Amino acid sequence: MSDVQRPNSGMTPADEPDAGRTPVRFANPGLPAHRHRNADVDPKAAKRAERQVLAMLAISAIGSVVAVVAYFAIPLDGSFATLQLSNLSLGLGLGCGIFFIGVAAVHLAKTLMPDTEMIDERHPQRGTEEEREEAAGIMTQGGQESGLGRRPFILGGLVGAAALAPLPAVVLLRDLGPLPGDSLAVSMWEAGVRLALDPSAEPILASDVTLGSVFHVIPENLYESDHFLDEKALAAVLIMRVDPDVVQYDPEREGWDVDGIYAFSKICTHVGCPVALYEQQTHHLLCPCHQSTFDLTQHCKVIFGPAKRALPQLPIAVDDEGYLVAQSDFLEPTGASYWERERG
Amino acid sequence: MSTTAGSPAATTASTSRTARLSAGAADYFDERIGAARLVKGFARKVFPDHWSFMLGEVALYSFVILLISGTFLTLWYVPSMTLVEYDGSYAPLYGVTMSEAYATTLNLSFDIRGGLLMRQVHHWSALIFVAAIVVHMLRVFFTGAFRKPRELNWVLGVLLAVLALAEGFTGYSLPDDLLSGNGLRIIEGVVLAIPVVGTYIVFFLFGGLFPGEVIIPRLYILHVFVLPGIILAIIALHLALVVAHKHTQYPGPGRTNDNVVGFPLLPVYAAKAGGFFFIVLGFIVLLASVVSINALWVYGPYDPSPVSAGTQPDWYIGFVDGLLRLMPGHPEFVIAGYTLSLNIFLPSLVLPGIMVMALIAYPFLEQWVTGDKREHHLLDRPRNAPVRTGIGVMAIVSYCIMWAAAGNDLMAIAFGLSINDLTWMLRFMFFVLPPVAFVVTKRICLALQRKDRELALHGHETGRVVRTADGEYFEVHEPLSDSERWVLVQHEAYKPLALPPKVREDGSKPKAHERLRASLSNFFFEDRVEPVTPRELEAAQHHGHEHEAIEQPTGEEAERRELTSGP
Repeated sequence: MSDVQRPNSGMTPADEPDAGRTPVRFANPGLPAHRHRNADVDPKAAKRAERQVLAMLAISAIGSVVAVVAYFAIPLDGSFATLQLSNLSLGLGLGCGIFFIGVAAVHLAKTLMPDTEMIDERHPQRGTEEEREEAAGIMTQGGQESGLGRRPFILGGLVGAAALAPLPAVVLLRDLGPLPGDSLAVSMWEAGVRLALDPSAEPILASDVTLGSVFHVIPENLYESDHFLDEKALAAVLIMRVDPDVVQYDPEREGWDVDGIYAFSKICTHVGCPVALYEQQTHHLLCPCHQSTFDLTQHCKVIFGPAKRALPQLPIAVDDEGYLVAQSDFLEPTGASYWERERG
Repeated sequence: MSTTAGSPAATTASTSRTARLSAGAADYFDERIGAARLVKGFARKVFPDHWSFMLGEVALYSFVILLISGTFLTLWYVPSMTLVEYDGSYAPLYGVTMSEAYATTLNLSFDIRGGLLMRQVHHWSALIFVAAIVVHMLRVFFTGAFRKPRELNWVLGVLLAVLALAEGFTGYSLPDDLLSGNGLRIIEGVVLAIPVVGTYIVFFLFGGLFPGEVIIPRLYILHVFVLPGIILAIIALHLALVVAHKHTQYPGPGRTNDNVVGFPLLPVYAAKAGGFFFIVLGFIVLLASVVSINALWVYGPYDPSPVSAGTQPDWYIGFVDGLLRLMPGHPEFVIAGYTLSLNIFLPSLVLPGIMVMALIAYPFLEQWVTGDKREHHLLDRPRNAPVRTGIGVMAIVSYCIMWAAAGNDLMAIAFGLSINDLTWMLRFMFFVLPPVAFVVTKRICLALQRKDRELALHGHETGRVVRTADGEYFEVHEPLSDSERWVLVQHEAYKPLALPPKVREDGSKPKAHERLRASLSNFFFEDRVEPVTPRELEAAQHHGHEHEAIEQPTGEEAERRELTSGP
């Protein structure tokens, strides 16, 4: 290891080669003389420390009693006042009961237990040459006695069998969940499903959606699902009514809105938080989790933040009774991106 | 050492009775478990004293507190996503449909005496547990305590830190309130972004679509059994290695690489460390009684549609959330019909993964660069390893920027800034500030080392200015004691490897790894300040003789200036 740079002379004692001349390194001056504490030399100080420790233990005992009394004396009646009082008195009692035992023990150790420093010698982790040779011998002997070296097929079989053994354990985990299939791409929205208020599920009259207003929307039949939270996580929608002229014309989306009522997925295309903040003046939608910002005037295209894709738009219409209904499901999956997304 | 009060006769009597009892117990245990050898081996084991050695203790103790308070919580908490109608005593949510997990958490808070206290103790200790681990790691890093023979224990420590984060996150999600549910939703989005297998992992994890009905019970068993079990096992190994290696110590007079100077386990450390457990536990209980945390009844039950503005994860997950916020959305690509969301995958999984790998690799990298394979039990003063300290501060600064980014919305509101501008500023700071922090820290370390040299060579300034008979003025310096000086001069300064020539004399070319190692070695050790040697001190004292002995002024002005201008 000739290329290893040696630090200048390392830990070698400084009183090395040329005795009589100035050493290359300083020598460790050794432990400084021990200085006695007050309590070591003054019996009064020792007595005082003893009283201090006892006082702390007394505070601890009082604290524990306070906690027990507080537990029985303060019943919870559902009001915040008693809850806070109970929490505070239980906590202060219990906390002091514990804390002051600790302080007493540390004070005792620092003032009355010996504070003369002791020295332990260290020994290198590496065994001595004999130990290492002996260990190597034992390992070799063990290997030979196992006979695996002479019977290579057993060794190979062992490795192979051991490698296969965890396989059933992995397979057993298969039923942790169903395969995704297209379930991320299909929501409860379909032609004719009414848009309804979240969470009451009351259908929404188009005439109730005034200019500048915003509604949090779910499919009217959401609660018919056995897993309505799962469905809601896919189908939550936000509708806003704006002057249709502020929204850029897109022939592909012709007829998806109802007189300036636009419906967009509420689930952020970044990592799925609800895009719950609508800025009426700028027509921007903001996700409060990571601040992805979507511009309604550009069909909810991303204008800032970590999301890449626009919020999917839900094509809507009005039914005979004047309620808002979906024309179909979303034309693309809602929510966060995933590997098979484009494949539906 | 009889300190007990009372008459000598009573003392003797009680002593002999106690002595007989303890002798009996000692005999019993020695014959069954070899107690004598254990006591002989461990009871007088010496531990060095320093406040920074208590950081790991805080981590250990807060973990114990987590086990105790967590067990209390499990007596009432039911990890079930079955929907129930809340009928507890918290009026605003009465009759609301919610998961059993959330309902029982509310019951714990409002109907079980001491339940709220224990919830708050549990949450506070979780925050303190992770914080103590991080600060303990910083102490170990900056003092070089990860060097041989402790590299493997460093790796165990990094694993513990990662597991602590996992333990924290799984616990955070259990109440199934709106805030933690949104946290889970983000996790779903992050896992979905894993190329190829992400969708499958989500369906296996959640038992189908998000949120499903199984994630809470699954997180629960991870949180109360699997993860704590693994953590406990690794802690046992971590501590066993501390015992085997004996604790490191700071350099000082009498402290060498071959000894450990301090106080014995029995009685001093039993009292100090045992007492410290009570102090940490007591402190956390007091904190939980006066400072409210995670008032989850305000948020309501989880529902995928609402969200509150200003959502924040617990502090230790903040850096990942911040990275998610900083990353621009552009790098999401559709390749051959498959979606690759690097805008999510990079900041939430790849970068944190790289951070963990870098932490694990650092001790081995530094050892490769220095080529130093000796055991190190004396800690470095951070200034004496300027590049390492610089790297550490650089890492802290990067981390803090990521962390700050998780609060960009709150900062924008608090300071009346545009959130877009603030985010752009943080994006630039993420790349610019860490290198600046490195250079500044390294320079500060070198400057402190020069100050140490100055001090070791010339002693303390006394503020006493003396005029000689010749009319010369100088300040009298007080020489350092041997003990004081030793701390300043005991360390070693590595020398950088010479950069190998492009082509050696024999025509062979140096290998790439040799060149890399040499350039890294130069990066680490090119700028260095050597510790003062006895000869230098002798020379300084000779030249500066008149400063200490004012009756013999020599007035070698030129030489003195040269000396005092530093190395």
